Amino acid sequence: MSNAFRIAGAGRIDRNAPLAFRFNGRPLQGYAGDTLASALLANGVHLVGRSFKYHRPRGILSAGHEEPNALVQLERGAYTEPNLRATEIELYEGLDASSVNCWPSVDFDLRAAFGFASPILVAGFYNKTFKWPKSFWKKFYEPMIRAAAGLGTAPTEADPDTYDRMHWHCDVLVVGAGPAGLAAALPAARAGLRVALVEEAHELGGSLLARSAEIEGLSGSEWAARAAAELEALPNVLLLRRTSVFGYYDHNYLMAVERRTDHAGPGRMPGIARKRLWHFRARRVVLATGAHERPIAFGNNDLPGIMLANAACTYAQRYGVSLGRAGLAFVNNDAGLRHALDTHAAARNLTHIVDARVSPDPGLLRRADEAGIEVLTGHLVSTAGGGKRVSSVEVRGIDGGGARRIACDHVLMSGGLNPVVHLYSQAPGTLRYDASLTCFLPDRTLQAVETAGAINACFALDRALADGARAGAATLAALGHAAAPVPVEARDDLKLQTLWSVQTSLNTELPGKHFVDFQNDVTERDIRLAAREGFRSVEHTKRYTTNGMATDQGKTSNVVGLALLADALAKPIPEVGTTTFRPPFTPVTFGALAGRDRGALSDPVRTTPIHAWHVENGAVFEDVGQWKRPWYFPLPGEDMHAAVQRESKAVRTTAGIMDATTLGKIDIQGPDAAEFLNRVYTNAWTKLGVGACRYGLMCKPDGMVMDDGVTARLAEDRFLMTTTTGNAARVLDWLEEWLQTEWPGLKVYCTSVTEQWSTVAVVGPNSRKILQALAPEMDFSNAAFPFMSFREGTVAGLQARVFRISFSGELAYEINVPSWHGLAMWQAVMAAGKPYGLTPYGTETMHVVRAEKGYIIIGQDTDGTVTPQDLGMDWIVSKQKDFIGRRSFSRPDTARAGRKQLVGLLPADRSFVAAEGAHLVADPQRARHDPATGSPSLGDVTSSYLSPNLETGFALALLADGRALHGRTVHCVTAGGLQPMTVVDPVFFDKEGKRRDGID
Amino acid sequence: MQNFSLLSLLRNAVSGHRDWKPFWRDAAPRQSYDAVIVGGGGHGLATAYYLAKNHGLRNIAVLEKGWIGGGNTGRNTTIIRSNYLWNESGALYEHALKLWEGLNEDLNINLMFSQRGVLNLAHNLGDIREGVRRVEANKLNGIDAEWLTPEEVKEFCPIIDISKTARYPVLGGTLQRRAGTARHDTVAWGYARAADALGVDIIQNCEVTGILREDGRVTGLRTTRGTIMTPKVGIVAAGHTSVLASMADIRLPLQSHPLQALVSEPVKPIHPCVVMSNAVHVYLSQSDKGELVVGAGIDAYNSYSQRGSFHIIEHQMAALIELFPVLSRMRMLRTWGGIVDVCPDASPIISKTPVRGLYINCGWGTGGFKATPGSGWVFAHTVATGEPHPLNAPFALDRFTSGALIDEHGAAAVAH
Amino acid sequence: MLKITCPWCGAREEIEFSYGGQAHVAYPADPAALSDDEWAQYVFMRDNPKGVFLERWVHSQGCRRWFNAVRHTVTHQIDATYKPGEPPPAQAGVK
Repeated sequence: MSNAFRIAGAGRIDRNAPLAFRFNGRPLQGYAGDTLASALLANGVHLVGRSFKYHRPRGILSAGHEEPNALVQLERGAYTEPNLRATEIELYEGLDASSVNCWPSVDFDLRAAFGFASPILVAGFYNKTFKWPKSFWKKFYEPMIRAAAGLGTAPTEADPDTYDRMHWHCDVLVVGAGPAGLAAALPAARAGLRVALVEEAHELGGSLLARSAEIEGLSGSEWAARAAAELEALPNVLLLRRTSVFGYYDHNYLMAVERRTDHAGPGRMPGIARKRLWHFRARRVVLATGAHERPIAFGNNDLPGIMLANAACTYAQRYGVSLGRAGLAFVNNDAGLRHALDTHAAARNLTHIVDARVSPDPGLLRRADEAGIEVLTGHLVSTAGGGKRVSSVEVRGIDGGGARRIACDHVLMSGGLNPVVHLYSQAPGTLRYDASLTCFLPDRTLQAVETAGAINACFALDRALADGARAGAATLAALGHAAAPVPVEARDDLKLQTLWSVQTSLNTELPGKHFVDFQNDVTERDIRLAAREGFRSVEHTKRYTTNGMATDQGKTSNVVGLALLADALAKPIPEVGTTTFRPPFTPVTFGALAGRDRGALSDPVRTTPIHAWHVENGAVFEDVGQWKRPWYFPLPGEDMHAAVQRESKAVRTTAGIMDATTLGKIDIQGPDAAEFLNRVYTNAWTKLGVGACRYGLMCKPDGMVMDDGVTARLAEDRFLMTTTTGNAARVLDWLEEWLQTEWPGLKVYCTSVTEQWSTVAVVGPNSRKILQALAPEMDFSNAAFPFMSFREGTVAGLQARVFRISFSGELAYEINVPSWHGLAMWQAVMAAGKPYGLTPYGTETMHVVRAEKGYIIIGQDTDGTVTPQDLGMDWIVSKQKDFIGRRSFSRPDTARAGRKQLVGLLPADRSFVAAEGAHLVADPQRARHDPATGSPSLGDVTSSYLSPNLETGFALALLADGRALHGRTVHCVTAGGLQPMTVVDPVFFDKEGKRRDGID
Repeated sequence: MQNFSLLSLLRNAVSGHRDWKPFWRDAAPRQSYDAVIVGGGGHGLATAYYLAKNHGLRNIAVLEKGWIGGGNTGRNTTIIRSNYLWNESGALYEHALKLWEGLNEDLNINLMFSQRGVLNLAHNLGDIREGVRRVEANKLNGIDAEWLTPEEVKEFCPIIDISKTARYPVLGGTLQRRAGTARHDTVAWGYARAADALGVDIIQNCEVTGILREDGRVTGLRTTRGTIMTPKVGIVAAGHTSVLASMADIRLPLQSHPLQALVSEPVKPIHPCVVMSNAVHVYLSQSDKGELVVGAGIDAYNSYSQRGSFHIIEHQMAALIELFPVLSRMRMLRTWGGIVDVCPDASPIISKTPVRGLYINCGWGTGGFKATPGSGWVFAHTVATGEPHPLNAPFALDRFTSGALIDEHGAAAVAH
Repeated sequence: MLKITCPWCGAREEIEFSYGGQAHVAYPADPAALSDDEWAQYVFMRDNPKGVFLERWVHSQGCRRWFNAVRHTVTHQIDATYKPGEPPPAQAGVK
C-alpha cells in the first residue's frame, strides 16, 4: 500500500501534491516536501543500499548530509549522477534512482558472498595479499580490486547543464539558519549591516522544522517563517537557501555552492545555471552549524531499520513518516532520549527505550511512562538480529547479565552529539575535547568568527536561541555597533554516559559486526587490529582502516573511531588527537568549480585587428600563448607543406606580408631610459641615435637567455621595445620589477602598447617598391632610410611608423599603425602588392626564413639553459658595462668548454627533414642506450625545415661543443634509423647579409 | 619480520587476527646512534632501510616530528614515472622506477603499484617539440617512451576530449607505459616495517630543535625527546628542510609552498591511466578505491600551513573539465595540501653540506613521491660513505655556485 | 584566497596580485667583485622561515606597483604592508 507509513496529519509535506518516482525500477509515490529518503521510508522501503566491502544490506541511518548508507545513482544518461545521498535529494515528479554498488539488485547482491570472506577482509588485507604470483597483479588482481571498488558510475556523456559563480562581500556571514543562526542574524540585519544568511535546506528553521517547540507564542516553524519573512524584506540581507558552505579559507573567505535547479528535476529549469559557486569575503562570520548525532557500536548495528534518533524524529515530525510498527530506542544521553520521545509523540510506535544510564532525567522518564513506553535503564543493546531488516535486539544489563531478546522492526540510537565543528576547524581553529559530553568543541582561532548554538553544545532550543542572540550581539560589537552584551550561555549537560561500543563497555566479545564507519565497512575489530599493528596515530588508523574516508568523510564515524583507538591504546582521547577536517564539508560538483570557464571561455582568445581577413582567406591558425596566429595560408588544394614552400619562396623572390601585431611592444620613456636598457640588455644603448633600431638580448640573473627583440629610439628619452609574442607580459613585469624594486632612482616609465599598434610586415626584394607605392612622399632609399632605422610618415593615407628591420635577411619593412587602422593598412598593402604577387604568410614560413639566416626563436632554440655565448652571440655581450646576468657567465659551468652550442645541420639526404626534438649522436655504432656509458646524445634539433630556397632540409641544433665540430658528421636518430648530417655554421643563406638592402 | 601472504592472512583469521605484530616498534630514542635520519617520510624511511640493508648500519634511527608518512608522502597524487629530460634526472628517476618494480617482494608488502601508464599531453607546437625531445632523450637513456597521435591518445584514454574545437586541442602526447601510481601510505609503512626488522629505531613525535656541532662537524641533535649523539645526520624533511638547515647555519635555495590536490567520490573504473597536461595545467588518475585524483600547480606564496587558496582549485577543475567534459557531474570529496620545497631548477638536492657529517636530501618540489626508493638508495650511500653515489653526484648543493643546474622546467613546467 | 592590502589601492583579493618572494634582497653593488659563492647567494639562496616573513608582492591586476608585506607563513596573517624603500614596520616582530 502506497505511503503505508505516513502518519496522519503530521509533517510538512504537501499531501495535495503527490509525486511519482522510481526506485530500483519500482514505481512509488511521495509528496512535495519529501526527500527521496522520507518517501522511501513512507513506503516501507528500508533496504536501500549495500555496503562498500561486504555488500551488507543497508538502510537509512540519518536524515541529512551525514548519511553514510543511502547512496543512489540519480537519473540516467547525460544527467546521471553517482553517490547522491537519498537523505538530501528533494523529491520531484519522475525522479529515477537506483542503489549503487550491488549486482544484480539491492535485494539479491551476489557480492554479498564477500561477507563469507570477511574473516580475511580485515583492515589492510590488500597490503598483505595479491602479491603472488607477480604476473597476476596487472591482469587479474588489480582489475578485480578496482571493479569491486567504487560506488556508483560516472557519467559517460558531456554534462548538459551550466554552472556559474558569484562573489559577495558582506559584514556578517551566518552559516546555518536553524534557531541559533536566525537568532544571530536578526540583530545584525536589523542594525542595517550587510548580512548573508546561508542555509543548506530549502526552508529556514533547521531543527525547528523537525521538533515540536514554542517560541514567543508561535510554533517553531511559524517563528522560523516569520524570521525568514523579516530577513527577506530587508534590502541589506542576502538569504540563500539550498546552499551549502563547504570551505572556510584564510581571511574569512568562505565558499558555498547553491543548488538552483536540482529540486525541479533534470532539464526542467532551462536557462538557469544548475549550481552557483558563491565566494564570500566576510568581515565577521557566525557559524551556527548544529550537531550530528552519533551511532553506538553494537553487534550488527548496520541492519536496515536501525537509525539515529534525531533522524527518526525528523522523519516523524517533518515528513510524517513512521519507521515501523514496533520500535526500540537505545540511548546514553538526554538529547537522544528526547529525540526518541519526540519521535514517539508523532509516530506512537516505540515500545522500549534502552538507556545505558542507571538514572536518566526523571522528567523524561515520566514522559516515557505516560506514553506507555517500557524503559530499561542501566541496559545496553548488545546485538541486533535480522536479515535485510532488523527484527529483534538482544538487551543486557550494564553488568553484562540479564540478556533478553526484544522483537522490533526498527531501532533508534543515540550515542551523544558531535558539534559540527568542521568549518571552524578549517578556519583554521583548534578544538578541545569535552570529557563530560564526549565531543569536540571550538577552542581558538585567528579568524573573525563567532560560533552559536549546538556547535557550542547549546543543544536545547532555549539555549540555542540565547547563544545565537549572544553571537549576534558579539558580532555587532566587534563591528563597532552598539549592542548590549549578552552573557555567555552555559552549554547543555546531556547527562551523558560515555558509551562508544557495547563490547568495550561490557569488556567482552559479542557476536556480529560492530560498525564504526558504515560506508567503508570499518568495524571495531578493524580499529583494534590497527592499534595492534602499531598504528598509534589517529591519522595512521584512519588511513589503515579507511575509517572516516568514505563519501560522508566520517561525519558519524570519526569520533567513535578515535575513542576506540584511544581505548585500544589505553590513552586519553585528547592525547590521541582528532583528524583534521579539510574542505569540502560536503561534496561539490566539479562542473560548479569550473563554472563558466569552459570552451572558448576557458582562457581568453586574443586576436589581432586583421584576424577577420586571415579567417576569410583560409588561414590555418596556431596557438601562441593566448593568441591565434596564422600558421600558413593554404591555397585550394594545398597542404601545409605546399603552402609553406610557396610562401617561403615568395618571401625570397618577390614579397610576403605577415601580421606581426602579436609581438610585444613596450613604450619606455624617461631621461634614464637608455641607462635602464643598458642594465637589462646585454649590449649597449647609450649611443643609439634617435631614429635608429637595435637588436637586444636579455638574460636572467643566472646568465641564461630570457628574451630578445628589436628596440627603436623614438626620441632622446623614449624607446619602443619589442618582445617575443609569448613573453610580452613577462618582460613588462620584469622591467617593472627591476625599476621599482632595485632601481627606483631611475626615471623611467614603461607602458605596454602591444594592443595599441598593428604591425604589418612587408618582406622581400620587392618590399621597397610596394612601400614606395603606398607612401610616395617618403624616401625608402637605402641612404635615406637605412637598415635598422625607422621613419614616421603617411602610408596609404594613414599616419604610420615604419621600421626597417628584418627577421628574414631580406629587405623588409614593418608598418605600425594604431590598431583600429590595422585591417585597413593590411588591405592597402595587399592591393599595392598585387602587381608583385605579394603573398600572405604565417608563422611557419616566418620560421623557415629566419632559420635559413640562423636567427633564433626564444623558447624554441633556447630553453632556459642557454647563454648568449652558447648561441654564438658573444658579439652582443658588452664587456664594458654590467647588466643582469653578466656575473654568471664566469661561473665554472657557464664558462666551461664543451657546452651545448647552436649549430646548423645539413643532411646528406637533401630530402631529409629531422624532427624537431630529435637527438644527435656521434658514432653510428653507438646510437642506443648503453648501461655502461648512458645516453650517447650530443644534443638535439631545435628547429628543422625543408627550404625551397636552399633546396634541402636543414636544421638548427644545440650540440655539445658544436662550434668545434663544424664540418664533421653527426647522426640524427630517427624511428627509421640514423641520418647523417653535417655540422655547419647556423647561417645558411646569404651569409654576407647582402640581401637586407635589396637585390636590385 | 612477519610474512605477509594470503596464507599468513588465513592463518591469522583463524586466531581472530590477534597475533599480528606491529609494523614497526614504537621506539624510544637512545642516547646515541651511528647515524640519524631526520624526517620519517617515504624518503627518510627508505634511506634508513637502505642504510641498514645495503650498508650494514643497524644502530640508526629515524626521527619524525609527527607520525611517519604524514607529510608529503601521504599528501601527493602518487604518480610514478621516470620520463625526465636530462640524463642526470633520467638516470636517477629510472633507478627509482626499477626499484619500484621489485619493491613488493623486497619489502614483503603490496604497495598496489599500478603500471597503468602516464600520458603527458601536447597542446601546441612547442609542446610537441618538447615532447618529442623528451621521448627521444628517454629512449637514449634506456627509459621507455612513446609519442602518440591525438587518435592514439584517445584510444589509450577514451574519456579525453580530443576535438579540434577545444580551446587548446590535444595535438599528441608522450606515453610512458611503465609509469603509474602506488598506494602512498603503504610505501611509508612498508619501508618502516622493513627497516624496523633490520633494527632501525623509528621514533615518532620527536622534533629536532637543534643541531650540535664541533669544529665544523655534526655531533648530535637536540630533540623534544632529549639529546641524541650521532656523527652522521641526514635531513630529509621536504618543506621543513630550510628550517632544519638553518639550525646548522646553512642557507638553501629552497622555498616552501603549498601544493593542493583533491579526490572525487569513488566511482567504478572510468579512467585507465594517468594524464598530465602542461598547457591546460592539470593531472588526473583514478585510485584503486575508485576516487579520481586531481592535482595541478602550487600556490604562489611561501607557506608551512598545508593550506592553499581556493582559486587554485577552481582553475584546476576548469582545466580538468576542458580535457574531460564527462566528469563535470562528478563531485569533489576531499582536498588537502602539502608543503613542497621548490628548488630553482626543479631538481632535488642530495648532497653533502659545509658541515661535515651533515647531509641533505631535499628540493623535490612537487614530484618527490616517484623517486622514493631511488632517493633513499642514493642518500643512504651518501650518508654511509660520506661521498655521493654516482647517480646523485650531479645533484650536489654546489651546483648553484658552479652553475651546473639540472633545469627540468622546460620539460615539466606543470607541477609534478 | 588571501586578502592583501596594497599600500596604494587598499585591500584586494589575492588573485589581483603576483608574488615576488623574499623582500630586501638587494642587487649587489658590484657583482664582478663577488666570488662565485657570494654571487650564488644573491641569485639562488633565499630565507624560507617558518613564521614571520618579509616578502614582496606586486598588484599586477591593479596599479602594477610592487610593495612588501609582513606575513606569517603558518597562519597566513598579514601584519602590515609597506612601500619599497621603506623599512619594515617596527611592530612586525621580525628578528
